[in-house]
Amino acid sequence: MATEILMPALSPTMEEGTLAKWLVKEGDTVSSGDILAEIETDKATMEFEAVDEGVIGKILIPEGTEGVKVNTAIAVLLAEGESADDVAAAAPAAKEAPTAEAPAAPAPAVAAAAPQEAPKVDETPDWPEGTALKQQTVREALRDAMAEEMRRTDEVYLMGEEVAEYQGAYKISQGLLDEFGSKRVIDTPITEHGFAGIAVGSAFGGLMPIVEFMTFNFAMQAIDQIINSAAKTLYMSGGQMGCPIVFRGPNGAAARVGAQHSQDYAAWYMQIPGLKVAMPYSASDAKGLLKSAIRDPNPVIFLENEILYGRSFDVPDLDDYTVPFGKARIWREGSDVTIVSFGIGMTYALEAAEKLAEDGISAEVIDLRTLRPMDLPTVIKSVMKTNRLVTVEEGWPQGSVGSYIASEVMQQAFDYLDAPVVTCTGKDVPMPYAANLEKHALVTTDEVIAAVKQVTYR
Amino acid sequence: MAARKTTKKPNVSAEELTSHYREMLLIRRFEEKAGQLYGMGLIGGFCHLYIGQEAVVVGLEAAAEEGDKRITSYRDHGHMLACGMDPDGVMAELTGREGGYSKGKGGSMHMFSKEKHFYGGHGIVGAQVPLGAGLAFADKYKGNGRVTFAYFGDGAANQGQIYETFNMAALWQLPVIFVIENNQYAMGTAQARSTSTPELFTRGEAFGIPGEAVDGMNVLTVKDAGERAVAHCRAGKGPYILEVKTYRYRGHSMSDPAKYRTREEVQKMRSERDPIEQVREMLLTGKHASEDDLKAIDKEIKDIVNKSADFSKESPEPHLDELWTDIYAETIPQHSA
Repeated sequence: MATEILMPALSPTMEEGTLAKWLVKEGDTVSSGDILAEIETDKATMEFEAVDEGVIGKILIPEGTEGVKVNTAIAVLLAEGESADDVAAAAPAAKEAPTAEAPAAPAPAVAAAAPQEAPKVDETPDWPEGTALKQQTVREALRDAMAEEMRRTDEVYLMGEEVAEYQGAYKISQGLLDEFGSKRVIDTPITEHGFAGIAVGSAFGGLMPIVEFMTFNFAMQAIDQIINSAAKTLYMSGGQMGCPIVFRGPNGAAARVGAQHSQDYAAWYMQIPGLKVAMPYSASDAKGLLKSAIRDPNPVIFLENEILYGRSFDVPDLDDYTVPFGKARIWREGSDVTIVSFGIGMTYALEAAEKLAEDGISAEVIDLRTLRPMDLPTVIKSVMKTNRLVTVEEGWPQGSVGSYIASEVMQQAFDYLDAPVVTCTGKDVPMPYAANLEKHALVTTDEVIAAVKQVTYR
Repeated sequence: MAARKTTKKPNVSAEELTSHYREMLLIRRFEEKAGQLYGMGLIGGFCHLYIGQEAVVVGLEAAAEEGDKRITSYRDHGHMLACGMDPDGVMAELTGREGGYSKGKGGSMHMFSKEKHFYGGHGIVGAQVPLGAGLAFADKYKGNGRVTFAYFGDGAANQGQIYETFNMAALWQLPVIFVIENNQYAMGTAQARSTSTPELFTRGEAFGIPGEAVDGMNVLTVKDAGERAVAHCRAGKGPYILEVKTYRYRGHSMSDPAKYRTREEVQKMRSERDPIEQVREMLLTGKHASEDDLKAIDKEIKDIVNKSADFSKESPEPHLDELWTDIYAETIPQHSA
């Protein structure tokens, strides 16, 4: 059957072009790959090749014609035994693609009305009443979480710089090499980009890696593999290929280590669909969340803090203690203001609440624990009670976690706010080295207290 | 480490030659059709055709065994067809339809098949190389004897992560074959303008990884080299590098007019070195097949490709609910293979 040769689109945006030159004439025999014509667009001149074999029966658009629309028939190709008279019966141009009907699913709520009743919140306690507790540092809790999960399944392994023989740059992996051997506790060369990629590939291949970054500052070398490979593959594969992996290590400022070693990445990773992000404050959360992270079928960014490693907290003495993602923890109930924080920011939030109580201001303090998913219902429910909100974090102000929370609370609970939300953040500067400057660059308890007084008009 | 060039011509059966012919022709015709559908606006975005390079994947797939893995860059249609993925599903992914391998959500550059052990389809130049070493890491960890083919181009061969990966792959003796598909142009930059030393197969020497250069226009020499590489990896000797010298006839992507080389250069390659013509010649001169036999194969391939094009037009666009699925998994999909 005679087929029409159509004006091709040579780029996704091309709508029309110039048929600059025919390189074949009527009566020529052509086969796949032969160059038929030169087509000019505003960007380039491209050669246009034959796909089917046959004889050029008729040239419909002469060379030199400008403004030829894409998909216009420009010539007719005859199959064996056909004549140019068959041209009139040539096949019609491609018809439009069938289009899916159905409306879009969860569209973001636009200008949602203020909720009539408080959102539903999971208020089950982290551990049953009467559970025995033991004092543990965050460091020990993290190690126990990894050890327990590595005992649970062989598919879990730990990889990173100095995690094995050195026992961890911050001693988080103490004892793991002895217990699990060098096959499962693996020292890497200093090559974050490469080993992050290898770990992601091994997750595609069926393992469940834990990657320790000596600090998250160095994970910037690996961020392409974290975002483009780990976070997006499930979606890009239509659900065929997941990436169960944990990237963990200390994040944020330590002390006096300067600008390149003192950055909080919470807001960066929180933005990425496909990633989950945890940033625990206490030892029990460090343990319970890390165990959940290792079991999670998705890539998890687990942001620890060097200063918190040595702090002790109550940890439930249970065989298998986990904390679910997306469930905030209310550390302190209050009625005058809601303070929301996570990670080391909680130290300032809790200190401020303590001091505010002395002034007769009752602050409710919420630890988000995970930033993606984020337990906004707990925050909104609290704001509906206190009508005031302050957020606390060490990261930079522009595009901060606090600015996201403020925007969500404004959209979902505007009518309940009696004052603009105040976001307490680190200062908008690279971290200085000098002790006095560093102290000022970080968020402080006094700033949190001042913010609370501002929103409570005291 | 031994770095050698090979010229040996292996013995080959008629069935084998015919099968190479059929597989290479499928890729060629499929890509031509994809180019046509792109021209009609049915395929959007980036579309990188494999025309000219067919002998590379067909030769190496002939050296692979069931369960071996492969991973490559965005010029991936040939790899998928060669490892046995369904042309309908590939073409429908190109047109962004529900029947595509990624339900229309991945596109030309992002497709996967658990069943055929094809791990993508990656859009960031060089990123698939550590991922490939990671697949090999998992296989070594499990001790299952599988090898992974990690394909990348001469352009990617200058990415830093390749050398980070070479180091660890050699250090940990990972069963991975690094296949450098040297088609001589990194988009518009000829190899001599981007690469300080021309012999890419020697790039592993500093890490103790053996490598060899292979005529990538000849499917039999590719297969032969592939078998040596597979045997090396399978024997637990660690990684191996194959620099397969090939040529792409078309531009880097559909919107590349390829003005950085002459039409004569392309024509010379097509008329003197074409991988399909070479096998066709062998089949005819060796009296393994008649013109009629080959015509029948051409027809059969054309029908497969036309069917895939029809499927890719008829398959509906993904349901809008699909926008919100496959962002997080409830279970690990590859564990339920």
